[in-house]
Amino acid sequence: MTTMTDPPQESFRLSMLLNDTRYRSYTFQFIALLALVASIAYLMSNMFANLREQGLFLSWAFLGEPAGYDINQRLIEYDSQMTHWRATVVGVLNTLLVAFLACVTATVLGVIAGVLRLSNNWLVSKLMSAYVEAFRNVPVLIWIIIIFTVMTAVMPAPRAFRGDEPDATMLLNLFAFTNRGIYIPAPVLSAPLMGSAAMGWLLIVVGLVGSFFGARALGTWAAAKQEATGDRPKTWYITLAIWFVPLIVLLTIMGLTWNIPELKGFNFAGGLNIRGSLIALWFALAIYTGAFIAENVRAGIQAISKGQTEAAASLGLRSGRIMNLVVLPQALRVIIPPLISQYLNITKNSSLAIAVGYMDITGTLGGITLNQTGRAIECVLLLMLFYLTISLLISAVMNVYNNSVKLKER
Amino acid sequence: MSDTHAQTVAFVRDTQLPPSPPPASEVGLVGWLRANLFNGVWGTLLTLVSLYAIYAILAGVLPWIFNGVWTTKSLAECREVLDGVRGGCFSVLTERINQLLYGFKYPAAEYWRPNLALLLLFAAILPVLMYTLPRKLLIITALYPFVAYWLIWGGTIATPILVLVGFVIGYLVFQRLSTSSFAAGFFGAIIAAVVIWTAGGWLIPDGANANAWLRPVPSRDLGGFMLNMMLGVTCVSLSVPLGIVLALGRQSDMPIIKWICVVFIEFVRGVPLITLLFVASVMLAYFFPPDSNVDLFLRVVIMITMFSAAYIAEVIRGGLAALPRGQYEAADSLGLDYPQAMRLIILPQALKISIPGIVNVAVGLFKDTTLVSVISMFDLVGMIRGPILAAQEWNGVYWELLGFAAVLFFVVCYGISQYSQWLERQLATEHR
Repeated sequence: MTTMTDPPQESFRLSMLLNDTRYRSYTFQFIALLALVASIAYLMSNMFANLREQGLFLSWAFLGEPAGYDINQRLIEYDSQMTHWRATVVGVLNTLLVAFLACVTATVLGVIAGVLRLSNNWLVSKLMSAYVEAFRNVPVLIWIIIIFTVMTAVMPAPRAFRGDEPDATMLLNLFAFTNRGIYIPAPVLSAPLMGSAAMGWLLIVVGLVGSFFGARALGTWAAAKQEATGDRPKTWYITLAIWFVPLIVLLTIMGLTWNIPELKGFNFAGGLNIRGSLIALWFALAIYTGAFIAENVRAGIQAISKGQTEAAASLGLRSGRIMNLVVLPQALRVIIPPLISQYLNITKNSSLAIAVGYMDITGTLGGITLNQTGRAIECVLLLMLFYLTISLLISAVMNVYNNSVKLKER
Repeated sequence: MSDTHAQTVAFVRDTQLPPSPPPASEVGLVGWLRANLFNGVWGTLLTLVSLYAIYAILAGVLPWIFNGVWTTKSLAECREVLDGVRGGCFSVLTERINQLLYGFKYPAAEYWRPNLALLLLFAAILPVLMYTLPRKLLIITALYPFVAYWLIWGGTIATPILVLVGFVIGYLVFQRLSTSSFAAGFFGAIIAAVVIWTAGGWLIPDGANANAWLRPVPSRDLGGFMLNMMLGVTCVSLSVPLGIVLALGRQSDMPIIKWICVVFIEFVRGVPLITLLFVASVMLAYFFPPDSNVDLFLRVVIMITMFSAAYIAEVIRGGLAALPRGQYEAADSLGLDYPQAMRLIILPQALKISIPGIVNVAVGLFKDTTLVSVISMFDLVGMIRGPILAAQEWNGVYWELLGFAAVLFFVVCYGISQYSQWLERQLATEHR
């Protein structure tokens, strides 16, 4: 019979810090923390020493001083007497504008190209792979510069539109393509509700959101009816009415008119001017990222097993419905996560605006404000903070959506 | 009634008919055309639209290329030669090719040095790319950075040799100590290398650069496509090991190390490369000791390396996560410690899974090296937009220059991605 005794308690020795797995991780973490704190302290002390040498110290006061430069493409009122902070906000809005436009366009392009790349038509699928390869393998900066060159160097100057036999003419007398950008008719509310035009537009947006929910409610009702009776009521004309009737009523009450660009003197007046730099950035980002999205879409569709399509076909579904009801809902789960990172890429790549002089936040805060005030550290930190916030926001929003479409496992 | 059958059926065939060929419309060229180009109304319509698109593109581009002028001295002269005919002025390429490739300040007599470095680059990466070559050839790869540095920047050969000696001694110390403990070997190697470098730094005399065999070339004189290649190669090769470390750190059980890595990765991935380049150009100087003058090239390399390391870390994390749990458990059951398990079992498999992702990051990074033109470094795009288009004789030659840049990048990036697909096929060890 053996007697069980506890093994003798080992006393703690210093070498156990390195050799005993129970304590080793604490040693490593302690060293890492020490190294991190030491290097941050070193960098900070260097920074303050350098700043002191130049007679500067961190201060955010420059944001309240007049900016003194003009911004030609802007969504809100701004003139050169306003503060650097206001210029920054204009830049932020410009960034968001170009990112939004490019995201929408890139998605459309990418989905079309991705689906067409899987087409049975040999020529079309080859053409689409050529598009994808050509755009994926050339830097986006070069595409931006190429489109910007088309917009500024190849398009006719406004004076080419003058005279009895002009060199260039306006498209449908509504759109003018010039080297100063594209002039399009601008919608004007002649009698906006509650006085201000901004309130009027806000009201229209609210109306559109309402229509969206209305249309969705109608869809839910139709689905419930189909569950109950087996017949799906025809709803497409009601959906159309839900979308358009409130919009038309609102616009008619507020007196929508169009301000059409006209050639006055040496330039066009009236209308909405979309600068060449905005168009270059928008389309370059859209076609470049569209090529990446096309690959994601193709991979997503190919990830759905062929058996799903065949099973759906054996149930008697037609190819359009197979795509909509069986393949795409499953493919979306594969497509959405990389799509989120593509949207993030577009937002981050929109900082390339500085190369073509589009005044996004990199152009205002990181460009002219930084150069004028010399506040490098503050400006760059603010710039990073902005992009970090946007990135986190986009991924949070898209993750919520991703969770709503992902496979629910029980 | 057993013979009923014979009487009701007059004739039963007991040999098979020879299979008849499919109808002419289903085979050969016609069949292929019908199946692939003209199936249905929509298919035909799409084919016609595509054919028209191809025609329109070729009709614009082909005459432009074939009527191109290659030998004039300026745009005006070139337009005179063309005389209104559609054609490209490729003479800007022949006249400025050196500027496009080497930048406008690299001394012309020394062009052989970057050329030789490029040739050696192929010799150095071949053992890495073709894993069937003898492993001994990797010594060339290990020596290459020092040789290339010496060739491109010139100056005294003592500097690269000193750095190399530091690495070799560090490695020897590591070999010696890591038999007992990996950590001791690791830290011992770092300490040994730093001691060698500091001690050696005092040995190199001050004026050594002035009368060196190779004339020293300052980094600000580098430019053109050479700069893109250098940034791309340096940053990718530096960021792979850094990315592995970050990925392992993010997977680690130690909370402090894990959170340092998470914050670093998420921060770097959340901001655009341009802001990091701003940090390199206007902000990083503040973080170095006063009076120290750190080269802009080095600052840019630091920032781009950090940037791509964060992305590569995420790719490798995916590879680590994709490994079955059993592989980790198998390593534990063999009694391997963490460094051994990682080096011998986990990382080789994880890296193999991550190859496509790493190559994607590498291609993206190589394309992103053009962004340094924004902080006024004269890489290929910077040269085109700056000195060449601003020159009086070439003001207005957009398509030829931008097209050249696009083709150059396309060739390199497409080549890399084709290589990675080949490698994936080679490394596919799982049974299908």
